[in-house]
Amino acid sequence: MLRYLATRLLLVVPTLWAVATLVFVLVRVIPGDIVELRLVSGGTYVTREVIEQERARLGLTKPLWEQYVDWVGGLARLDLGTSMWTGAPVVREIAIRLELSLQLAVMATVVAVSLAIPLGVWAAVRRGTWVDHAVQVFSVAGLATPSFWLGILLLLFLLWTFRWLPPMLFTPLWVDPVANLSQLVWPALAVGYRYSAVATRMTRSAMLEVLREDYIRTAWSKGLAERPVVVRHALRNALLPVVTVIGLEFAFLIGGLVVTEQVFNLNGVGKLFVDAISRRDYTLIQGLMLLVASVYVFVNVGLDVAYALLDPRIRYR
Amino acid sequence: MSAGSPQALAAAPAARPGVPASAASRLVRRHPLAAASAAFLVLLALAAVLAPWVAPYDPLANDYAAMFAPPGSRHWLGTDSYGRDILSRLIFGARTALLVGFSASVVGATAGALVGVASAYFGGVVDLVVQRVADILVSFPLIVLAMAMVAVLGSGTANLVAAIALSFTPRAQLVVRSSALQVRHMVYVEAARALGAGHWRIILRHMLPNVLAPYLVMLTAFLGQAILLEASLSFLGLGVAEPTPAWGLMLSGAAVEFVQRAPWMAISPGLAITLTVLAFNVLGDALRDALDPKLRV
Repeated sequence: MLRYLATRLLLVVPTLWAVATLVFVLVRVIPGDIVELRLVSGGTYVTREVIEQERARLGLTKPLWEQYVDWVGGLARLDLGTSMWTGAPVVREIAIRLELSLQLAVMATVVAVSLAIPLGVWAAVRRGTWVDHAVQVFSVAGLATPSFWLGILLLLFLLWTFRWLPPMLFTPLWVDPVANLSQLVWPALAVGYRYSAVATRMTRSAMLEVLREDYIRTAWSKGLAERPVVVRHALRNALLPVVTVIGLEFAFLIGGLVVTEQVFNLNGVGKLFVDAISRRDYTLIQGLMLLVASVYVFVNVGLDVAYALLDPRIRYR
Repeated sequence: MSAGSPQALAAAPAARPGVPASAASRLVRRHPLAAASAAFLVLLALAAVLAPWVAPYDPLANDYAAMFAPPGSRHWLGTDSYGRDILSRLIFGARTALLVGFSASVVGATAGALVGVASAYFGGVVDLVVQRVADILVSFPLIVLAMAMVAVLGSGTANLVAAIALSFTPRAQLVVRSSALQVRHMVYVEAARALGAGHWRIILRHMLPNVLAPYLVMLTAFLGQAILLEASLSFLGLGVAEPTPAWGLMLSGAAVEFVQRAPWMAISPGLAITLTVLAFNVLGDALRDALDPKLRV
């Protein structure tokens, strides 16, 4: 197991290198001059010299291969360069916002799981009844509802029923848990509902498959009550594909955060990404893309480990 | 899609007992949700096409005497912070949503299908490199990819379509490639090559038509996602620009700021997005089940 884990982690390096290369190519090779776009998009008139100076300052006058070596070499030292807009190191810009986004992502996942598993199990057990149909409509609707709109509706609901709005300023969890949670619960609900949809469907179909197995019939026929049959015998065996979906969704969560953070005015990684795009801060965009990809890669490694822990039949060498 | 058209629905009751029911009435009975979705989308498309005649007001006309007017007999869905009629903006916004949604999905799925089939046909190093690149691109959430493309391409509606289409391409490519790999070794492909057909003739005339099923399933799955992406990007200020009516744009800025004073500004555009995406998703699922139950996008 440990050897397997070590190999998997070693393989992360070439994967991330490939991602870094692709991100580099995406930003440099696709037509459009970064500096020109950035300076002119402000609407002001700039002379050619200013543009040339800016290009030189950002190291864009160097040959492409040299820029590439700089970028990958920096990565090896965990240096993502400096933000073109603020001048601060990209790593720092991301780090100060990661705490909020990470907490929100975890909370949204908790919301998604606590919706998806009970609903999916319920729908599978009551297959073909109105419960099943209601759960399916609920999850299909979740995929169609924009999480930022759901966020606005939540704010509206809070205003109408409690004449109260969540706090605007972020307080870390360990400083004031109540203030922290009363701010982050709402975006977590908005994002979590959307992300529960796929997991609900997956739980339902995995449960339906397992419920057809012989050992479930055996469990029924030896007179077990519904609860142990469903929870202990069926759910435990249906959990593997569900864990996969939840893991991958966690990796994709940053996408949901991008828009939701905007509604709740949260200064997280998602908002940083939106700002980076509208300011055409290319070094920051590169760094954030790499962050998103790394999360995905590491979640995948984590999932492989989780399989081995959940399913005793899976053994790695 | 014609199954949900008014003529087809009107013809259904004429079917006598014992005679096989028409496709439309079968759709209504077996998949009521899919039938309702089709009907909704037909209405929406009609409203979008006929927008200048259907909409009660000019969607761009400011009316400072009627700012934040609540829904009522003059403005059915109220007005926004500039006194613009929300219903009219919704109707014209349907144009933006459907136009961007359709063109981005068609371009994205088609480009992906071409690359996927070509990659499967040529195989070898080309296939390997193209596959790896797609694998990496798929590891980004759609919205992140689309945002990055917007940053590279610049703003504007055409660039928005390109950005959304480009973020669909790797997904389409992976799905189509796996179907194309089966087609690649069919006898008719061998025969075409034996007859001296060129690479692109084989790809376009012999392989592409045979991956139509996954292509169509993917295309419909993309439609809902594309509309959601357009709305999200416009909401973030990275998509369609003011004053063009777009649903996502209607939800940004003033709609959030004045949510307490004028909740109608935020409720109806969000509902429009949700219902449209829902209808496309339901139809897409139905189509997938009908064409190939094994396919999942």
